[in-house]
Amino acid sequence: MLTLLFDGIAYGMLLFILAVGLSVTMGLMNFINLAHGAFAMVGGYITVVLMQRWDIPFLWCLPLAFGGAALLGVLLERGLYRSMYRKPHLDQVLFSIGLAFMAVATVDYFMGSQQQIMQLPEWLRGRTELWDGALGMGHYRLFIIAVCTALTIALQYVLTRTRFGSRLRASVDDSRAAAGLGIPVNQVFALTFAVGSGLAGLGGALGAEVLGLDPTFPLKFMVYFLIVVAVGGTSSITGPLLAALLLGVADVAGKYYVPKLGAFIVYALMIAILIWRPQGLFVRKGAK
Amino acid sequence: MMDARTQLLSPTHWRWYESLLWVGVFALPALLPSHSLIINEIAIVALFAVSLDLVLGYTGIVTLGHAAFLGAGAYSAALFAKFMHPDPLLGLLVGILAATLLGALCSVTILRGSDLTRLMVTLGVALLLLELANKLDWLTGGSDGLQGVVIGPLLGRFEFDLYGQTAAWYSLSVLLLLLGLARRWVHSPWGATLMAVRDNPLRAAAIGISVTSRLAVVYTLAAAVAGAAGALLAQTTGFASLDVFALERSADAVLMLVIGGVGWLYGGVLGAVVFKLMHDIISNITPQYWTFWMGLFLVMLMLVGRERLSPAHWLKKAKGEQA
Repeated sequence: MLTLLFDGIAYGMLLFILAVGLSVTMGLMNFINLAHGAFAMVGGYITVVLMQRWDIPFLWCLPLAFGGAALLGVLLERGLYRSMYRKPHLDQVLFSIGLAFMAVATVDYFMGSQQQIMQLPEWLRGRTELWDGALGMGHYRLFIIAVCTALTIALQYVLTRTRFGSRLRASVDDSRAAAGLGIPVNQVFALTFAVGSGLAGLGGALGAEVLGLDPTFPLKFMVYFLIVVAVGGTSSITGPLLAALLLGVADVAGKYYVPKLGAFIVYALMIAILIWRPQGLFVRKGAK
Repeated sequence: MMDARTQLLSPTHWRWYESLLWVGVFALPALLPSHSLIINEIAIVALFAVSLDLVLGYTGIVTLGHAAFLGAGAYSAALFAKFMHPDPLLGLLVGILAATLLGALCSVTILRGSDLTRLMVTLGVALLLLELANKLDWLTGGSDGLQGVVIGPLLGRFEFDLYGQTAAWYSLSVLLLLLGLARRWVHSPWGATLMAVRDNPLRAAAIGISVTSRLAVVYTLAAAVAGAAGALLAQTTGFASLDVFALERSADAVLMLVIGGVGWLYGGVLGAVVFKLMHDIISNITPQYWTFWMGLFLVMLMLVGRERLSPAHWLKKAKGEQA
């Protein structure tokens, strides 16, 4: 029971790190980006390749995965995404799903369609049992929770305490008024997009072992990221965090107790929540 | 100078070149018997794209889960043929009915919320049904698909043969019939209110159009048409598999619609023809990486602006320059 909760939380934290960039870009530019999972996949593949071919230690791979995905994010934002902001949602959806298709086929071409296996370092492989096995914690999952918690606290700090954070929040709330006040909304957005993609890459690197990594990753998990954003709302990062935790626990518990129903529970839950609260569960009244 | 009445009514009229076009289309399976299967396939996806146009083009609902209704039609028609009665027309009716019911049920889910919410809910319904069809393997055959569906002869006389001539004519007839019906719908005063709702729901409500009921009804109608496409698919292939619910189905239909132009019923048909031919050619060259080229095509198209591709755009432009 506790073990399930623990696994669910680890899974949820991972989903949060993967999806938080998507939530911010959607809130900031009202852009529906279905290719977000591609950045996560890039991070995952960077890690796998570095570890397998060049024997770079796992911990060094994580910042590299972050950097690689962030770099790709900046390039794509500058080159392609920027011209799509003012287009209707249908165009954005098609554009980003096209990007996701391209990413899937490209990775398939270079890396093959098989599932990638990640060799975790020795110190992350064990498992600790507490209270006579009532709570079993895999060390790797503990590590994921620790990293993700640290990142969440850092993000929250940046958003609420720094100048950049207040600019970002101002741009999310009303980008036109923010631009009128002299905030360089475009630069704020480019930086945010890069960090968001980088976090997705980091999440992909961390999650390669838990979620599995193969070329269909962006399409397979696209729905999960979107659920996090749609249910959590886009006005804060606590909303997506709670939504991700809820999703993680519901998914793990659902697959354990009623394996026959599989992902059924998650989808049904999402539809029910969105019918009940179409703007997301955790949205302030009066937010746009 | 046309007066307003004739101008408003003009798009509903059946033109002589349309009749000519359809005579040509119906002659195709006889002229090219070896291509009957692909003609049949195109007719079915065209019907599916037309039904999506009702939702996306005329009402502006962004959906990635339209395959839910295609799948509902396909599975119910296939199950009906397998367990109840092999007659294709009865099966078609059953497929339409099942999809209509599902559409009416799901129309509740698209009434509120932003584009993202609708996207998620429609996608969620399709995924839910996919899971359901996968897990109820005693009924649907699970991931192996529903096999052993035998369809009786059409009207008790025309057998479905291996070359698919009967199938092609059958699908084309249903396409023509439903396309004509859909045309009646969208050019009626009721259809005009749909476009008002699409362009500005607030104003539409202010002049007394009931927005929620319009959305619900058009969603249900579109579901019915998609159900017909699904039933045709199941009947002419004698098979129903999980991929009818897949995201790719919905995404392909949106792509076809975008190629042919949204908000113009023939757009779905035209898009289906172009898409299927393109698919055939590219996957002959690189069967595995077809998705890459499709993705590239989508990205380029969106960057250039999709309205430039649609003939409706050029027609309008040409007319505008004349006036």
